[in-house]
Amino acid sequence: MEITTQEFKHCDLIKVKGRVDSATAPQFSKALEKANDNGRFKIAIDMSELEYMSSAGFRALLAAQRNSKRYNRGEVVLVMVPDRIREALELAGFTELFKTFDDQVQAVGSF
Amino acid sequence: MPSSTFPAQFEFLDEIREFVAEVARDGGFSEKAIYSLQLAADEAASNIIEHAYEGITDASLELTCDMRGDTIIIALRDWGRPFDPSEVKEPNISADLADRQIGGLGMYLMRKLMDSVKYESGSRTGNLLTMTKRRV
Repeated sequence: MEITTQEFKHCDLIKVKGRVDSATAPQFSKALEKANDNGRFKIAIDMSELEYMSSAGFRALLAAQRNSKRYNRGEVVLVMVPDRIREALELAGFTELFKTFDDQVQAVGSF
Repeated sequence: MPSSTFPAQFEFLDEIREFVAEVARDGGFSEKAIYSLQLAADEAASNIIEHAYEGITDASLELTCDMRGDTIIIALRDWGRPFDPSEVKEPNISADLADRQIGGLGMYLMRKLMDSVKYESGSRTGNLLTMTKRRV
């Protein structure tokens, strides 16, 4: 798994590549928490090169969304979610908790 | 019957998923179905490492994976703390953000992704989780 964070004026764009499972999810959580620690609560997560995500990754997303939405200070949105990951997120009932976008520009522009 | 023992550590989940994928690929499952099988096996192994072997770092788990006709059988055995699957509360997947539960999601996904999930535990045999899925 590889994570890169890009700061825009109105939001952070966090790109997560590779595989997020119980081994790598803590590192993914840490990247999300770091953004929050920097006072950044509007976060777009680019999943276009994400190959795999288990429920450990879903839990990290849930925690980040809770933290971001607290006091209406922000939101986590998902960008270019691969089909298989989207299906698993749907199965877990997570798709209704996150807005999704088909490209980065739309997502960044939504904030 | 393809069987392998893995250290009960999250770092071996990659290998566990690969093991399942190889058997499923030979068994003619589609790549989409293989993803689901890998996810179910990952959730099962993650639960074992996190719960059955909580606080134990030198444990192992045994993974057996085989085709019987057009059905794949994935079995995971551990010798950790047994649990009662009926006590795993089903997560409310339509609850608001604030009320979503963090736990129970792995078990829920396994049940949704597979055709059957069976759990047995015995003092001599350890805990055995057996999941099946038919190729469609």
